[in-house]
Amino acid sequence: MPSCVIWEKCDGCQKAERTACMYICPNDLMVLDREVMKAYNQEPDLCWECYNCVKICPQQAIVMRGYADFMPLGSSVIPLRGTDSIMWTCKYRDGTVKRFKFAIRTTPEGSIEPYAGYPPMDRSKIDDLYLYSEPDTLMGKEIPLPPSKK
Amino acid sequence: MGLTSADFEVVEMDTDLLIIGGGMSACGAAVEAKYWAGDDIKVLLVDKAAMERSGAVAQGLSAINTYPGWTRDENTIEDYIRYVTQDLMGISREDLVWDMATHVDGSVHLFEKWGLPIWKDAEGKYIHEGRWQIMIHGESYKPIVAEAAKKALGEGNYLERVFIVKLLLDEKEPNRIAGAVGFSVRENKFYVIKCNAAIVCTGGGVHIFRPRSVQEGLGRTWYPPWSTGSTYAMMGQVGAKLTQMEVIFIPARFKDGYGPVGAWFLFFAAKATNIDGEEYMVKNAPEFEKWAPYGTIKPLPTCLRNHAMIVDMREGKGPLFVRTDLAMQEIIKKDPKRVKTVESEAWEDFLDMTITQADLWCSYNIHPEKEPWEIMPAEPYFIGSHSGQGGAWCSGDPRISPPEYCWDYKGVVYNRMTTVNGLFAAGDGCGGNPHKFSSGSHAEGRIAAKNAIKFILNNRDFKPTIGDVQKLKEEVLRPLDTFEKHKGYTSVPDINPNYIRPRQLLHRIMKCMDEYAGGVSTMYTTNKPMLEKALQLLKFMKEDSEKLAAENLHELMRCWENYHRIWAAEAHVRHKLFREETRWPGYYYRSDFPRMDDENWRVFTVSQYDPASGEWKMEKVPYISIL
Repeated sequence: MPSCVIWEKCDGCQKAERTACMYICPNDLMVLDREVMKAYNQEPDLCWECYNCVKICPQQAIVMRGYADFMPLGSSVIPLRGTDSIMWTCKYRDGTVKRFKFAIRTTPEGSIEPYAGYPPMDRSKIDDLYLYSEPDTLMGKEIPLPPSKK
Repeated sequence: MGLTSADFEVVEMDTDLLIIGGGMSACGAAVEAKYWAGDDIKVLLVDKAAMERSGAVAQGLSAINTYPGWTRDENTIEDYIRYVTQDLMGISREDLVWDMATHVDGSVHLFEKWGLPIWKDAEGKYIHEGRWQIMIHGESYKPIVAEAAKKALGEGNYLERVFIVKLLLDEKEPNRIAGAVGFSVRENKFYVIKCNAAIVCTGGGVHIFRPRSVQEGLGRTWYPPWSTGSTYAMMGQVGAKLTQMEVIFIPARFKDGYGPVGAWFLFFAAKATNIDGEEYMVKNAPEFEKWAPYGTIKPLPTCLRNHAMIVDMREGKGPLFVRTDLAMQEIIKKDPKRVKTVESEAWEDFLDMTITQADLWCSYNIHPEKEPWEIMPAEPYFIGSHSGQGGAWCSGDPRISPPEYCWDYKGVVYNRMTTVNGLFAAGDGCGGNPHKFSSGSHAEGRIAAKNAIKFILNNRDFKPTIGDVQKLKEEVLRPLDTFEKHKGYTSVPDINPNYIRPRQLLHRIMKCMDEYAGGVSTMYTTNKPMLEKALQLLKFMKEDSEKLAAENLHELMRCWENYHRIWAAEAHVRHKLFREETRWPGYYYRSDFPRMDDENWRVFTVSQYDPASGEWKMEKVPYISIL
C-alpha cells in the first residue's frame, strides 16, 4: 500500500487548493478526492516509502503499511518532526518499542542567507577557478592543480 | 469529455539560463548561477516535484559520501583520484573528478553553515564513516539545501511541478541549445521556455531494469522511482554525446528494504557470511586476481565485492548475511557502554535515509544483536554520481583537463558543457566521473552553473529560434488526445487495441531489460545475441510509445517518463554491446567476453545519436591520466 490515509483523521487540509501531502510527494502520488475531502495514494506500488507525506501531514493522518510483497503486518514506524529534531517510535510486531531522537537542523527554518558573509559578485572573476564563497569555504586554500599541469 | 490538448494554455517564457531539475546538482547550480547572474541575467529552475523534497536526497541521508577533506589536510586530491579510478576498475575522467573534488569540501562547509548537523568528535573534527565519508544527522539535508537554492533564486524564478520532457535545438544555428518544453502536472499548462544556456540535472534511471520486488514493493527501489532516465534521454535525443552508459550500478544492500550496509561494515566492523559461515570476501579472494591490477589493490572495487557475493549465490551458498549479531556481540564484549550509542547510530542510519528497512526489521522482530539480516545485490541502476558512471560526455577545463577532453564554442572552452553548444550537465548527468554522491553533485552543479553564466555573458546577442509551438504542444500532449479519442472503443479503458497505457509499457521495458540486458533474472549476464534482441524489442517499444495514452496530467507525466526510460535503455544496450569485455564483474557479465581486456578497452565508450538521420555512432576515446 505503502502510505495510507486514515479516514477519520484526514480533513482534506480543510478544502485547501492542494493538501500538504500533494504538495510534498516527490512522486506525485497523493491526490485529494474532493467528493469526500480525503486524500489517498493513487499509485501505492510506486511509493518509495520516503515518509515525506507522513512527516508533513498536519493531522498525522498518514501512516505506512509496509509493502505486502515482503512485510508482515503488525509493525509501525512513526515520525514526529520538529524544527530542530525528529522523534521516531519504532514498534515491533512482538510489541517491543524503540524510541529515538535525532537532530535535523542547527539553524531556524527560513534563516539561510546563501551569500551573507562572502564578497559580493565580481564579474572580473568569472574566468577563474574559484566558485562563490571560495576560497573562504576552502579554508582559505588555493585550488590545487593536477601534477600534469604544474 | 476528458482532458485533451485543446484544454491547455500555452505559457511561453524567456530566460538566459534554464536549470532543469531540482535535486542536489540543480540546487548547487541555482545558488552558484544566481551569484554570478547579478541583476542582468535571468535564471529559471524547473522541477517536476517540490524542491523541498525532490531528487535522490528527498528522504534524507545518513552520510555525506564525498568529503576528501583536502582543505583540512586529511587527504590529497591525488589520493581521491586514485581511489575513484580504482573503484571503477581503472576508468574515470580523472580531470572531472579532480575538479569536483577541489570544490566539494566547500559545498559541505556551506551545508554545515546553512544548518546541516554533521557528527563531530571531542575536538570538533568531522566523524568519518570511512576515509572519504562523514556522518550526518541528515533527515533534513534536502530541505536545507533546497532552502538555500530557493532563497538565492527568489520567488518567481523557480517552477515546481512542471515536467520538462524535451530539449529544443536552435532552428537557425546547428547543434545549439535554444530551449525546452514541458507541462505542469497540476494545471492545464504547456510550457515553452526559450534560453541561451541550459543545465540538465534530472537524476539517474530507475525501473529501467525490473526490480526484485514486483508487486507493491515495486516502489521500494534503492534509487528513487522518480529518477526516470530523463537526463540521458533528453540530452541524447538532441545529439549530445554520452559516455560509459554501460556502467550501471548494482548496490548490495540489506535484502528487500535496501537499507544501507555501509555503517555496519565500516563503522561497526560487521562481516558477511554464507550458509557455511564462510566470509565470501575471504573465500573468493583468488577470484579477484583475475581482475588484476584492480582486483589486487585495496580498497577492493565495489563491483568485485558484488562479484564475490554472486559467486557464492551461483554456488547455492546463499542466503548471505551481514553478521550484525556477531558485530554487536563483539562490541558488547569490548565496550558494553557503547551498545546504546551503537544501537542509536545503527537505527539512525536507516531512519535518515531508508525508513522501510527499520519497519522491515520491526515487522520480522529482528533484533540485530541476536539475529542477522540478509544482504543482496539489487537490480541495475543508472546513476552517474555513485559507483556507476553513465552520462553526457562533457568538456573539462584546460587548466585541469587534457586538451583532448576540452572543446570550445567560438574560441572559449566551457567546463561541463556537453557536445551540444550551450547545454551543460551535472550530477547523474555528467558521465565518466563517478563518486560525486550528494555533495559532489552539488559542487558539480556549481561548476556547471558558473561556466553556463560565462557562456551567456560571451553570447549575449543570441536570439533563440524554436520550432512550431503548436506542433510541439500536440506532440507533448498527444497521449491525452489518444486516450480521449479511443477510450470508448472497449468496455474497460485499460485494455484497448488502439493504445498502451504507461504502466503497461513500463512493465514491457523492465521485462526486456531484465531478461536480455543483464538484469537479476540472468544474474546480470548478457551477450551479443541477447543485447541485439533487446535492441529489437526496444525498437518496437519506441514505435508503440507513439500510442501511449493518458487519462490525466499524472498519467501524462508517466507516459513521458517511460518514453525517457526507453531512450536511456537503448543507449545502455548500445554501450554494453560495443564494449567487448567484462570489466565490472558484479555489475554485469558479457558471457561471450568473460574477461577484462585492459589493452583494448581501458578507454571511454562514447555514443552519439544523430537527430537528423536517426543513426547512432559508437567510438572509443583513449584514456588519459592527469596524475
